[in-house]
Amino acid sequence: MYDFGKIIIGIFIFILVFSSPIWTNWLSQNGGKAPDIKLPANYKECVADKDYMKAYHMDLLNQWRDKVVRQDIRLLTKNGKPFMIDGQRAEMSLTKTCMRCHDNKTEFCDQCHNYMDVVPYCWDCHLDKYSAPENVVPNGEVK
Amino acid sequence: MKINRRKFLTLAGAAAAFGIAGKPTYNILAGEKVKSKAGVKRFAMVINLKKLMENPQIMDACIDACHKAHNVPNIDNAKKEVKWIWKEKFHHAFLEQDNYHLPAKVRNHPVLLLCNHCDNPPCVNVCPTKATWKRDEDGIVMMDWHRCIGCRYCMAACPYGSRSFNWKDPRLALKEKTSEFPTRMKGVVEKCTFCDERIVKGKLPHCVEACKNGEIMFGDLNDRNSEIRQILKDTYSIRRKPELGTQPEIYYII
Repeated sequence: MYDFGKIIIGIFIFILVFSSPIWTNWLSQNGGKAPDIKLPANYKECVADKDYMKAYHMDLLNQWRDKVVRQDIRLLTKNGKPFMIDGQRAEMSLTKTCMRCHDNKTEFCDQCHNYMDVVPYCWDCHLDKYSAPENVVPNGEVK
Repeated sequence: MKINRRKFLTLAGAAAAFGIAGKPTYNILAGEKVKSKAGVKRFAMVINLKKLMENPQIMDACIDACHKAHNVPNIDNAKKEVKWIWKEKFHHAFLEQDNYHLPAKVRNHPVLLLCNHCDNPPCVNVCPTKATWKRDEDGIVMMDWHRCIGCRYCMAACPYGSRSFNWKDPRLALKEKTSEFPTRMKGVVEKCTFCDERIVKGKLPHCVEACKNGEIMFGDLNDRNSEIRQILKDTYSIRRKPELGTQPEIYYII
């Protein structure tokens, strides 16, 4: 066999490069770490069950968007009944309803989004409390 | 059936007369119909310039209330500014009303301008994505910032300059932000929406609320008993560029 040594080295380098996603994950601290989601402590009931929300929350948000903006339907219902948070009727709103319980974007939304490497453009316009800390008052009135 | 010339001409004439006059006659016999359906509103605004001239600083309060609540950035460059409600000199805003003998007090006095929420909005006709449309139920010219592609046809079509384009990320120019209302992103057109998020809850628009003495009034023109219908009935009012046929729904009392 000609150039036995060179071929073996070549094959070794190829395997090393090809398997790089696996061993870089081993070496790095956070690599391959499953998302660590912090669930709200004080709230138990969500607008839909966990499995549906895991898979389809983006579809739900799109439906809400179309209803609120295009049809002016704003109040949220669950199984045909008004959905309440803290004794108040909830609106179909990412920032006012979802983020009311899941109030920390970094510990909730970003966990999976970063893990899956998706960048939803919701946050280009919608602000969570932490992006707009200076002027936010809980009852929604502007200072 | 045998038909002679005289009979034919009579019948043809009668048919033509009915064809021309049939529809109007039917309308008269059927009684005048109200164009609007029951429960349909037509929101409009009356701005009392007399009161604003007495108390001009209220205009800044209006602008401030609106722009703060809607995350509208304050950009100094006039070419890139973003505005929902703003001040303009009378003779600029009402070009066709200008003459040499206008009282200087009126001519140079700023007036408050905002989207006219036209009954026949040219911006809506040109929008290729239906990102802006007129709501059937209350006549508000709405915007869907999710859908706007930033082509700026609407800005070219609007004769009132009511629309602004975000040449850069508006968040960079926002000193204070509120999470109660979204910001816009770069490449999107924006304008006043008559505070649709407030009127759905039965509240008045921010600018109306900022005026304590009724300088701006807001209401439903389809409601005979509404305050603004009464005021427009009793007081002479003008609108911006009514000759264009856009049917603007912001009325100014001068």
